[in-house]
Amino acid sequence: MIEDNEEHINEYEPVIGLEVHAELSTKTKIYCSCRNVFGGSPNTNVCPICMGLPGTLPSLNKKVVEYAVKAGIAMNCHINNISGHDRKNYFYPDLPKAYQISQWETPICENGYLDIVSDGRIKRIGINRIHIEEDAGKLLHESEKNSLADFNRCGVPLIEIVSEPDMNNSSQAKAYLETIKMILQYIGVSDCKMQEGSIRCDVNVSLRKKGSNKLGTRCELKNVNSFSSAIRGIEYEILRQTKILKSRGNIKQETRRWDDAIGKSIIMRTKENANDYRYFPEPDLKAIVISDYEIEKLKETIPELPNTKIWRYINEYGFSQIDAEIIVESTERAELFDKSVKLDICKPKTICNWILSDIAKIQNETGLAISDMNITADKLCTLISEVEKGNISNTAGKTVLSIIVKSGKDPLDIIKENNMAQNSDRESLRCIVRKVLLENPKSVNDYKNGKEKALGFIVGKCMQKSKGTANPSMLKEIILSEI
Amino acid sequence: MLLYKKTAAELSKMLRNRECSSVEICNSFLDRIKQNEKNTEAYITICDDIIDKAKEIDKMLALGEKLHALAGIPIALKDNISTKGIRTTCASKMLQNYIPPYDAYVVKKLKDAGMIITGKLNMDEFAMGSSTETSYFKKTHNPYDPDYVPGGSSGGCAAAVISGEAVLSLGSDTGGSIRQPAAFCGAVGFKPTYGSVSRYGLIAFASSLDQIGTICRDVSDTALLYNLICGYDKMDATSARREYPNFYSRLSDCNINGMRIGIPFEYFKENVSEEVIQNILNAIELLKYIGAEIYEISLPSTKYAVNAYYIISSAEASSNLARYDGVRYGYRTKNYNNLSDMYTKTRSEGFGDEVKRRIMLGNFVLSSGYYDKYYKKASDIRLMIKYEFNNAFKECDIIITPTYPTSAFKFGEHKDNLTKLYNNDIFTVPASLAGIPSISIPCGYSSKGLPIAMQIMGKNFSEMTLLKVAYAFEKLYGKPERME
Repeated sequence: MIEDNEEHINEYEPVIGLEVHAELSTKTKIYCSCRNVFGGSPNTNVCPICMGLPGTLPSLNKKVVEYAVKAGIAMNCHINNISGHDRKNYFYPDLPKAYQISQWETPICENGYLDIVSDGRIKRIGINRIHIEEDAGKLLHESEKNSLADFNRCGVPLIEIVSEPDMNNSSQAKAYLETIKMILQYIGVSDCKMQEGSIRCDVNVSLRKKGSNKLGTRCELKNVNSFSSAIRGIEYEILRQTKILKSRGNIKQETRRWDDAIGKSIIMRTKENANDYRYFPEPDLKAIVISDYEIEKLKETIPELPNTKIWRYINEYGFSQIDAEIIVESTERAELFDKSVKLDICKPKTICNWILSDIAKIQNETGLAISDMNITADKLCTLISEVEKGNISNTAGKTVLSIIVKSGKDPLDIIKENNMAQNSDRESLRCIVRKVLLENPKSVNDYKNGKEKALGFIVGKCMQKSKGTANPSMLKEIILSEI
Repeated sequence: MLLYKKTAAELSKMLRNRECSSVEICNSFLDRIKQNEKNTEAYITICDDIIDKAKEIDKMLALGEKLHALAGIPIALKDNISTKGIRTTCASKMLQNYIPPYDAYVVKKLKDAGMIITGKLNMDEFAMGSSTETSYFKKTHNPYDPDYVPGGSSGGCAAAVISGEAVLSLGSDTGGSIRQPAAFCGAVGFKPTYGSVSRYGLIAFASSLDQIGTICRDVSDTALLYNLICGYDKMDATSARREYPNFYSRLSDCNINGMRIGIPFEYFKENVSEEVIQNILNAIELLKYIGAEIYEISLPSTKYAVNAYYIISSAEASSNLARYDGVRYGYRTKNYNNLSDMYTKTRSEGFGDEVKRRIMLGNFVLSSGYYDKYYKKASDIRLMIKYEFNNAFKECDIIITPTYPTSAFKFGEHKDNLTKLYNNDIFTVPASLAGIPSISIPCGYSSKGLPIAMQIMGKNFSEMTLLKVAYAFEKLYGKPERME
């Protein structure tokens, strides 16, 4: 184990760069017409092209270019009007052609940035480039001697987003990763499902003396399969490298494999043994040409991005940072919220409360996505205003919501069908109260003798008699006057 | 006259006039193969459903169905063109038992037209070579003299067509692999513009140079077959999106009066045999006689063409051939200890020497530290060559050179001097690097009675012009006598 020594850490400043691979959610694969779907029985979603059979040729899926450009726009990149394809050559059984078609010389997007919020401060992280490439298959290691290959994932389109080494600690890295994930989901180019491996990253970490602007020797961590393991990996690397430097050792440039199970990085290869990928221009594909006009057209399709949204919620609606972030975190949640606000029926704060408490609760219990909940902005606002007007009780409101989720019915119909309208008729409530007081003389006495609890019992009984429709504040007021 | 001696155009006419049936045509070729294949050894695989297919066509013709002019006509293919269900070996041990699950674009075109595939023809392993000697399976012999090579890499195509074992063939040309064997065997070899015939299903050697083309007995058959295979294919991103004229029907209008012919005389000196130069000069005189104007042109960068060609083609080959790793298909070594051992043994045992040599060269020129020195420089030379051709075609309509500096050579003649063998590609590689169309057409014989050919090059998509000049020349000069 490496000791966590505050003193050591403070002497050096970590420099972190990230390479994020995101699978694009196009309908078909990047160079053939196989469907782009996750999973399936091994080797069933393949064709001669993605299997790299002799004589086959790639033809580029135009949607991939569109998606990559959208990502570039959302990350403030310069979009290259002309970019190329290059072959990255290496042998591995999950790579049927023994080369990956990628972009090396000229990527489709360059020189962008992202603003992240970390520890309450905004930090700008440079994006070096975004390029298009194809995914490889998967190996299943059956035993020491046997491995099985599944080529279903071959040819799934990827973008690789390469940051500048602009991050200095793991929480910045975390914020950066989460920002990227949100942006990709917002612009609809990747579902970023971590558990399906549709977003993965490689991590580069180096240390330098505080105040120095010279970069130290870096190590690259591979096999980082989730954001949380990226964070753990970064923290481990910072400690490992700090320990080496403190004991006057030298960091060697190497590629290390992150083992999440044991929480350690293990050396894969040193710089001397680094792969020579022998990049060269892909002769089977023509250059990607995209005009300024097409770029402008794509710009128009970019929705309000998460950071802008958060800022707007805080400034316009007076939300707390945390509430704004939680709403924005999910595209569906933010969409429901924005649409509801637009109807101008309920206050934004009230809508926010409903989404973050009642709707979130149902989501937690059922695991349903908002899109599967039958809840529209219209229905939500009708429901909220019924509660606000006192037409139904808060409790009844929650019941109505759960019925909407189950049936998709209109809230007003639900209230009518179930006689849920709140009883605010003073005379009929007084009748109920009088009956209950007569039937429960012991409780009345108890209350009069100072037992506060007895009042609760009486209220409960009245509520029961009214089948839950009694307006609670009015009910309490009548009981007190009648007792 | 025996059916196998006729051209495809003649056979097509006979078939339509009910003078013979497709079954009779195919049987004639099968008989010829049976009788002659031991001398030629052109085929790697002979199909077993030829007569069944011919019967189907005969039935359709009897019913009066309107079929393509080439329906019922047999054709043989170089063994690097993928054929569904028929093994496609690239003349390599590596793919000895590989059966493609799909048809190449051109194969689909042939089948749709009702043509009958007779089999797959021998070649240099993975199309690397110029004598068909690097084939893993057999040595194909030159129909003019069995001691001589048929040229390569499409040696099987040229030998089969000229020996009467096929009437039409499709080959592939990367740096002369159609034109040079055609020249050695006295056939017409046509490498069209890069991008005019889809490469989909052609097993890649060097993707930016590979081009499917024809080896036939005369210019008419060349035009007829090219008509069928050219065209845009969305499966090949380098395929050209354009319309093509009917080359065959326009051949008859072959007036070349006033045609400007450029000759780069600077290349007619060193290392070109006297006999070849003499025959080319005679051919030029003939063209002058029918109205062509002759201009001397200069293509200074072509002296670097062979070097650039071997760097670029080997670089691409090293990448294209990396997929033969024994994991999914093809040869896999019997005994191995681990993954790396399997890769090494599979590739060491599965590939022949020439292929290994080029893979090593290709990996070297792409490796870090050498890329700029070799691959990048070769790419720059390629651009200069293209540029010089473009300029030359402002001054002339076509360019004529010999196809090859010599007539056919003997087996093993160049085994100790590969550099000389590579350098002999000087006339064919420039058109490949520039992507321009080029046709090789017989124009004489050596003192040993071996064919000599001239090459006609034109600017991109000037196939019609090339075919017209070749046709005009052929009409005047006559077709060399064959198959006796």
